[in-house]
Amino acid sequence: MSILLNKDTKVIVQGITGATGLFHTKQAVEYGTKVVGGVTPGKGGTEIEGIPVFNTVEEAIKQTGANASVVYVPPPFAADAIMEAADAGIELVITITEGIPVIDMIKVRRFLEDKETRLIGPNCPGVITPDECKIGIMPGYIHKKGHVGVVSRSGTLTYEAVHQLSTEGIGQSTAVGIGGDPVNGTNFIDVLRLFNEDPDTYAVIMIGEIGGTAEEEAAEWIKENMTKPVVGFIGGKTAPPGKRMGHAGAIISGGKGTADEKIKSLNSAGVQVADTPAVMGETLISVLKEKGIYEKCVTHAVN
Amino acid sequence: MNIHEYQGKEILRDYGVAVPNGKVAYTRQEAVDAAKSLGTDVTVVKAQIHAGGRGNAGGVKIAKNLDDVRTYAEEILGKTLVTHQTGPEGKEVKRLLIEEGCDIKDEYYVGLVVDRDTSRIVMMGSEEGGTEIEEVAAKTPEKIFKEVIDPVTGLMPYQARRLAFNMNIPKELVGKTVKFMLGLYKAFEEKDCSIAEINPLVTTGDGNVMALDAKMNFDSNALYRQKNVLELRDLDEEDEKEIEASKYDLSYISLDGNIGCMVNGAGLAMATMDIIKHYEGDPANFLDVGGGATAEKVTEAFKIILSDKSVKGIYVNIFGGIMKCDIIAEGIVEATKQMGLELPLVVRLEGTNVELGKKILDESGLNITSADSMADGAEKIVSAVRKAG
Repeated sequence: MSILLNKDTKVIVQGITGATGLFHTKQAVEYGTKVVGGVTPGKGGTEIEGIPVFNTVEEAIKQTGANASVVYVPPPFAADAIMEAADAGIELVITITEGIPVIDMIKVRRFLEDKETRLIGPNCPGVITPDECKIGIMPGYIHKKGHVGVVSRSGTLTYEAVHQLSTEGIGQSTAVGIGGDPVNGTNFIDVLRLFNEDPDTYAVIMIGEIGGTAEEEAAEWIKENMTKPVVGFIGGKTAPPGKRMGHAGAIISGGKGTADEKIKSLNSAGVQVADTPAVMGETLISVLKEKGIYEKCVTHAVN
Repeated sequence: MNIHEYQGKEILRDYGVAVPNGKVAYTRQEAVDAAKSLGTDVTVVKAQIHAGGRGNAGGVKIAKNLDDVRTYAEEILGKTLVTHQTGPEGKEVKRLLIEEGCDIKDEYYVGLVVDRDTSRIVMMGSEEGGTEIEEVAAKTPEKIFKEVIDPVTGLMPYQARRLAFNMNIPKELVGKTVKFMLGLYKAFEEKDCSIAEINPLVTTGDGNVMALDAKMNFDSNALYRQKNVLELRDLDEEDEKEIEASKYDLSYISLDGNIGCMVNGAGLAMATMDIIKHYEGDPANFLDVGGGATAEKVTEAFKIILSDKSVKGIYVNIFGGIMKCDIIAEGIVEATKQMGLELPLVVRLEGTNVELGKKILDESGLNITSADSMADGAEKIVSAVRKAG
């Protein structure tokens, strides 16, 4: 088991004929992901890398039975692409695109309110269930199949955490990048809830960063609901206030959104927070040992 | 992206939001001419910099006649203002807003922000105008009122009315305040703002509702469709290196320390900074090459770091995903060929094509210290910089 994706997930790629879309489609296919179609308006009826291309998401779903979509469409057209996928009734839309105007995302969120579709991202690396399905831009080879869930606002820090786990013999159930934008589709709580309900996930690493209060809210939720150990890390402990630290959402403004505040909330919810990004894996392992589930989480031999 | 107060007021005027008459002046003479053409008894001379707290720093003066205007313009132009938002180095004043004085009765606060909790635009209002809203929020949170705006309908008149009554705007001025708020929201939405703050909004002796100050901030992701806003960009107000980096689609953030950092991804950038500080070093900047950079872009990125005089050592921390390690290595080698390298350089490479990347660096003959992990690299660069210093 896993969350969001598994070996049966059928994916269509919106923006498959663009350079980024095509590059990552090839990588995903190589990894074993079932990419069943692509959508580029005006190129319907053609094929690319042996994958059929459709003019609309609706048609693509009808022809292929796809239940997930990934959006590589450039920022000016991305909100429209997400809404098209939701309107066609797809279960899951993962949006990789970085740089979507926030007012567009506010409209997307409003549009999704009465839809069944779950949006992950935008401005995220995607989602991977190791050995089963990879949707997004993460390097597939660092991931190992296992029982630790990873959820993060940052792409490269997700890789860092996964790498630290894999090199210590700890595999992952699913790794989810929720993205670094201030308005996104899925938050920490949504993903934590899924991990909590997934019988194959035994523990979770949650990687947050400065800006907003999503980590504080997650801490509250964990305190009330989470039955599995969670370990955290918060990036930007030393970031100066008022500076936007690369991600659109990573800014301390009006004294809100500091790392200290987030770490305090997480600690009070019983979440151990790694002191530095170098010890995310180590911190998790020590918690696994403490809880007596370390052996259960070791999935592969290491050199 | 930020703009000046006078530019913000010009935008607001186009949306039917009342603002005092005023003109921008770059010289003393222009200031006097502007005051003459306004023809009011009292004129306000206001320094235009991208930072708040100008009044307390001596950047806002009330002139009673043209001689006053001349004196104050002379005094403020070219002056470096230090406010709580400029940092200790301050900001040099190059533009003035010459504005008609108005007979202020009461001061209020109105602001629009993107609220992350609701994923909506929220309008906030308070009768505690003139002070910073964070301060009001801390001391008297019950005096801040919020209206969450549905993007389908936009701000509705009933919401603006409710907010105005909650702010204790005199009832005969509620109509004008509603018009003010609706115009402000329309400007925010159509111009892709991320913040619009009117502090203070004032009621005047002659029964008007006006924006006495205007702070507008724009969503940088939306500038591609806001050509008119982009024209208002004042490069004098921005960091030179940040501008240089943006030419190559690189994201650069300048900081106060002496270790230059090149990374991929914003999260890794913050984490790298944290770990350098953990080992008691101090980052001078970080340059995020992102995911799609070419070797040429990496070269430019490295040159930007090398050209920063405060940099005493460089730490490259890369976890290649889409970004391939060999591209990074090629970029570093090329940049150091062009610029020379006298500073300590620590490189930590991991991820896609890592072996190839390491080989390129090894064969370059450059004096590079390689690191096995993020922590190892941070420790090495901090100690190298300390030794050199």
